[in-house]
Amino acid sequence: MIEISDLHKSYQMGNNSLHVLKGINFKVKEGEMVSIMGSSGSGKSTLLNILGMLDEADLGSYALDGTPIKNLNEKVAARYRNKFLGFVFQSFNLINYKSALDNVAMPLYYQGTKRAERTEKAMHYLEKVGLAQWATHLPSELSGGQKQRVAIARALASDPKVLLADEPTGALDTTTSYEVMELIQNINDEGKTIILVTHEDDIAHMTKRIVNLKDGIIIDDSTVTQIRADEARAKATAHV
Amino acid sequence: MQKQQRMFDIERWQEIFETIGKNKLRTFLTGLSVASGIFILVILLGFSSGIQKGVKSQFEQDAANRVSVRTRTTTKSYKGLNPGRKIQLRNADFTEINNKYENELEYKTAIYNMWGSQVTYNGETGNYRLEGASPDQQWIENASLVQGRFLSQDDMDETRKVAIIGNIIKKDLFKGKDPIGEIISIFGVNFKVVGVYSDPGGDREEGRVFVPLPTSQIAFNGGDRVRSLAYTVKMSDDFDEAVAMSVALSENMEQHIKAKYSVHPEDRSAVRVSNTLEEAKKIYSLIAVIRNVFWFIGIFTIIAGVVGVSNIMLIIVKERTKEIGIRKAIGALPSSIVALILQEAIFITAVAGFIGLFLGVGLLQIISPMVDNDFIKSPQVDFNTAITTVFILIAAGALAGYIPARRAARIKPIDALRDD
Repeated sequence: MIEISDLHKSYQMGNNSLHVLKGINFKVKEGEMVSIMGSSGSGKSTLLNILGMLDEADLGSYALDGTPIKNLNEKVAARYRNKFLGFVFQSFNLINYKSALDNVAMPLYYQGTKRAERTEKAMHYLEKVGLAQWATHLPSELSGGQKQRVAIARALASDPKVLLADEPTGALDTTTSYEVMELIQNINDEGKTIILVTHEDDIAHMTKRIVNLKDGIIIDDSTVTQIRADEARAKATAHV
Repeated sequence: MQKQQRMFDIERWQEIFETIGKNKLRTFLTGLSVASGIFILVILLGFSSGIQKGVKSQFEQDAANRVSVRTRTTTKSYKGLNPGRKIQLRNADFTEINNKYENELEYKTAIYNMWGSQVTYNGETGNYRLEGASPDQQWIENASLVQGRFLSQDDMDETRKVAIIGNIIKKDLFKGKDPIGEIISIFGVNFKVVGVYSDPGGDREEGRVFVPLPTSQIAFNGGDRVRSLAYTVKMSDDFDEAVAMSVALSENMEQHIKAKYSVHPEDRSAVRVSNTLEEAKKIYSLIAVIRNVFWFIGIFTIIAGVVGVSNIMLIIVKERTKEIGIRKAIGALPSSIVALILQEAIFITAVAGFIGLFLGVGLLQIISPMVDNDFIKSPQVDFNTAITTVFILIAAGALAGYIPARRAARIKPIDALRDD
């Protein structure tokens, strides 16, 4: 699904050049659930941005579902993002004056889906994340966990090849984090490829593979036994 | 797969109304600057056209190419003659000038007039101006006949006691009765009314009685004296050439009369030859200046409004940076972002512009009948001009929206979404 080889990225900071990614080689197969870990400054967010076509690498190659991602103009990048990728952000990034349903329907609007079909699809995904009864509510009327569920529904609405999640539980408490992870695991169970960036160990262990980044290179890439979020949640609540 | 960028994309309109609805005050303030710009422009243009109409009607009261000769007393001594000498024009002067400038002159009349003449009909009396004149007077005065006929050459030759009265006199003395064929008495001398005229100059110009020049001189002890001479100049097609001709002719006439009566060439009050055409030219160029100044002020007011819109849209774009970043991250094309911002700018400008236009036109409609001034007549805008300005405004709105829209389209999702 994703093939990356010898990826380099530098940022120009005044007179100094900051070499953030120093040759990343990385493959993700369809249906995988991968977490990218690393301390801040390790380059994990940069990698995710390049994966998400929000940023472009200086060197190296990147192919998504067999399509080389190179020298994209804005228009093509926008189309590819819409077609291939769903984004989930730490701070949810919902449009605050649109209802939950309208937020979920946004990617479909940019795909050119007709209104009736759009509403129906968006409703379907809201049901999937368990928020059907909140469809008409504004993001400000939702809790953090609910907002992230709406964001996940939005990311899924365009039926992307890959779901990219940047610290999806970063702004949530443990219980809510586990609830969100449970949802993400279920989505993966259905076959969706998921890449998530996190710096929390417990969250990383809820994926199937952990890629560890340090100073711009991958220092460890290993498969792990997935911890199911619902079990972890049950255990956490039992402790309390 | 991607949606076509259409102007009448209902979805986008919904988005625009949503953002406008969320930011009522901001939208209102933006609209206000545009609306007041257009409003001021409309009022200015209305008054500029009002002034134009008013001044034009002032000139219509007499023929535009009129030249008149008047004399008074001398104020400068010349060739051993003392100042204070009265210069009196006579029938002979009229004939002499007619012959001398035959090729340049069109209509000609000498006038013997008496101010405040007592005119009586059937017990009703009023004071009006009596003018003894020749038939050409009709064209020189720009008078149009309402009833009957004007003076004729036969009236002159036979010194008939006939009179042409102005509309206002008919109203005052005849009270709706048909005056034709009736006898009026002027200072006790009976005249038969043969015609009624109206004059674009209004009541003041219509309060006159015209009688044949020889009749007036005989009936009222005028001898061969005349008060003034009035002419129209043959018009050339070219306005400037006509003005030049008219100016040259008046100067020649003035010199001729001054030489004949031994008047100092610099004595401006003894012999005065005035020509309407030169005055008209001055006034017309003044109107043009006023008009240009009004446009200038109006256009700059609109520019101020447009800059306001542009500024507000820039703020909107800045405020919505994150939202635009999200939109781009989930697949919005740059062109759809441009369209979103541009359309909002044009929409606000257009709606506000039309409100300003209708308020301006409405106010002019209300005050127009109340304006009672000789020099401003029914201030109103030509509707085409107003519509043109609105379209200029919309185009300007598009221009104003374009810079913020481009900036919005250049927003990088990665920068917009970075958590601060």
